[in-house]
Amino acid sequence: MLTIKNLQAKVGEKQILNGIDLNVKAGEVHAIMGPNGSGKSTLASVLSGREEYEVTGGEVEFLGKNLLELEPEDRAREGIFMAFQYPIEIPGVSTINFMKTALNEIREYRGLQALDAVSFLQLMKEKMKLVEIDQSLLSRSLNEGFSGGEKKRNEIFQMAMLEPKLSILDETDSGLDIDALRIVANGVNKLRNKNNATIIVTHYQRLLDYIVPDYVHVLYKGKIVKSGGKELALELEAKGYDWIKNEVAVA
Amino acid sequence: MSTTVTRDIKNEIAEAFHQSKFDVANDHRKSAFAFFEKTGLPGTKQEEYRFTPITKNLEKNFNWDIKATTSSINTIDEFLIPNLDANILVFVNGNYSASLSKIISPDTEVKIKTLSEAFKSDSATIAIYLDKVLTPESDPFAAMNAAFWQNGLFIHVPENTNVSKPIFILHFNDAGENQVISQTKILGILEKGSQLSVVEKFDSVGSNPVFHNFSEEWIVKEKSHLEYCKVQNDVGKSYQVANTIIHQSDNSLLNTFTLTLNGQWVRNNLSIIIDGEHCESHFYGLYLVNGNTLADNHTVVDHQKPNSFSNEIYKGIMDGNSKGVFNGKIFVRPHAQKTNAFQSNRNILVSETSTVNTKPQLEIWADDVKCSHGCTSGQLDEEALFYLRSRGISATLAKAMLLYAFASEVLAPIQNETLKSYLDILIAERLHNNF
Repeated sequence: MLTIKNLQAKVGEKQILNGIDLNVKAGEVHAIMGPNGSGKSTLASVLSGREEYEVTGGEVEFLGKNLLELEPEDRAREGIFMAFQYPIEIPGVSTINFMKTALNEIREYRGLQALDAVSFLQLMKEKMKLVEIDQSLLSRSLNEGFSGGEKKRNEIFQMAMLEPKLSILDETDSGLDIDALRIVANGVNKLRNKNNATIIVTHYQRLLDYIVPDYVHVLYKGKIVKSGGKELALELEAKGYDWIKNEVAVA
Repeated sequence: MSTTVTRDIKNEIAEAFHQSKFDVANDHRKSAFAFFEKTGLPGTKQEEYRFTPITKNLEKNFNWDIKATTSSINTIDEFLIPNLDANILVFVNGNYSASLSKIISPDTEVKIKTLSEAFKSDSATIAIYLDKVLTPESDPFAAMNAAFWQNGLFIHVPENTNVSKPIFILHFNDAGENQVISQTKILGILEKGSQLSVVEKFDSVGSNPVFHNFSEEWIVKEKSHLEYCKVQNDVGKSYQVANTIIHQSDNSLLNTFTLTLNGQWVRNNLSIIIDGEHCESHFYGLYLVNGNTLADNHTVVDHQKPNSFSNEIYKGIMDGNSKGVFNGKIFVRPHAQKTNAFQSNRNILVSETSTVNTKPQLEIWADDVKCSHGCTSGQLDEEALFYLRSRGISATLAKAMLLYAFASEVLAPIQNETLKSYLDILIAERLHNNF
């Protein structure tokens, strides 16, 4: 589904990604872990198309298309979803109206008819249950005055609505208490199927207790320095990142 | 240099005045004209018109050999507000059109007359109020209007009366064949405990220049309630100066909304005199401009008595080479203790060539008051734009959504649902198509 080859990127004058290789297939969950400043969030940002990040080398192919050539909205329409680390507040735009617009823009791109009001509401009700989010919250301005947990739940709600092929969860666990974490993870798990894939970007192993990954990759200084199964996350939790840093230094 | 220009145009205008054959209010006009002749039009150095040197443009674009210009228009349907069940009053090039107007409210609810009629039938009331709050001394264009008005409206609501249908006033200027100079005037009086909703719309057609000098006075007496909405949607060669003054007495309520969408230059002087206790005034404004439009809102809230509340929110979106000007004065007089006065002016500059000048001016003589003001100007939030795009929404649509979200807050005080939904669509369509 997603093939990243030797991806390099910088922001301003600072080189952050130094050659990333990654293969993600349908049905898989990949966790990208690493210490602060290793480039985890940069990778997520580059994949979602943030303009501040300049790709200086490498390739990214998503479902046969050159992802790096696509505008952010076209990436979303092709099936990429990014759950933001810090979801932004937008006064005056309700989540409901926002989702209706987004969904219909994506449908139009795919040659589908716009959803009528009834079908949209039906879909919304169904997805609301999945992430245990209340309609009153969705009628309000997008994320305005929401708690950290409510914002993250809203991200997962949007993900459920848009049914992406590849979801990238950028530090979704940050700022969540254990109950909110469980709700968010439950939502993600229910959305998993053999046709979609998930990349979880996280500093801590905690979220991976709830969303069990197939692969774990450790990012350090802009490169994947170690890959393994879910047990690698536990090892990191037990030993900390210094262990990896030392290994890299020795090599 | 500018003084010479002013003197020339003043002489031309004086000549025009002496040649005009007014049929009513000659004494009244003469005293206003005497004042106008003394002060003339504002020069470029005059602080109040610093960003809007309109005199130069009048000199450049108009001749003052004023003849009544004709219009072949016979339907105004496209300028009406669909489904708004209202009294309709139409001015074409400054003259009242009885054939295009339609009064549906009974005389017992509201008296609606042309100003020239009212000079005969209601001369005593006219003598008390006309040009008394908006005096010729308050603004050069008000003086000019008091001398030159072609026609206007006299609207009088009796005590304890709720006017059930709004009054819709269309100021239409047709510059298809010639330049148009139109000068219209409104005097509205809401007696104690009455209620009225007024919608004013300014439209024009044609490629010749239009100058519309408009004055209005609203007297809102004790326990009365005025809803006031103004929509300025003239074509790109129109210059407008609108002097609006609203005088409030005890326990009165006022909601105003001013929407500026188009025109070459629009200058609004809106003043609220809060001459009563326990009054509430909300005045909201929105200017959505592009091209070479200049939208200048000068507002004044004058708290003269204690215990009243005023809340002002003006927002601007500027694209192309357009300019926005906001000047908001708040006066709190020495006796006006326990006043609450709030003001906010926020602007978004969509293009790099658009500008805005914003200036709050607070003069507070009382010591036990709550006043606040704030103004901002900036670009669209890039983070918010990216967030919307990352969900599949195109950059153009995302931009329109964010601008609409910013703008639509100012519709909050509008009570009439038909009017509100009309304005809502007008704003949304404009942002989707023109920005």
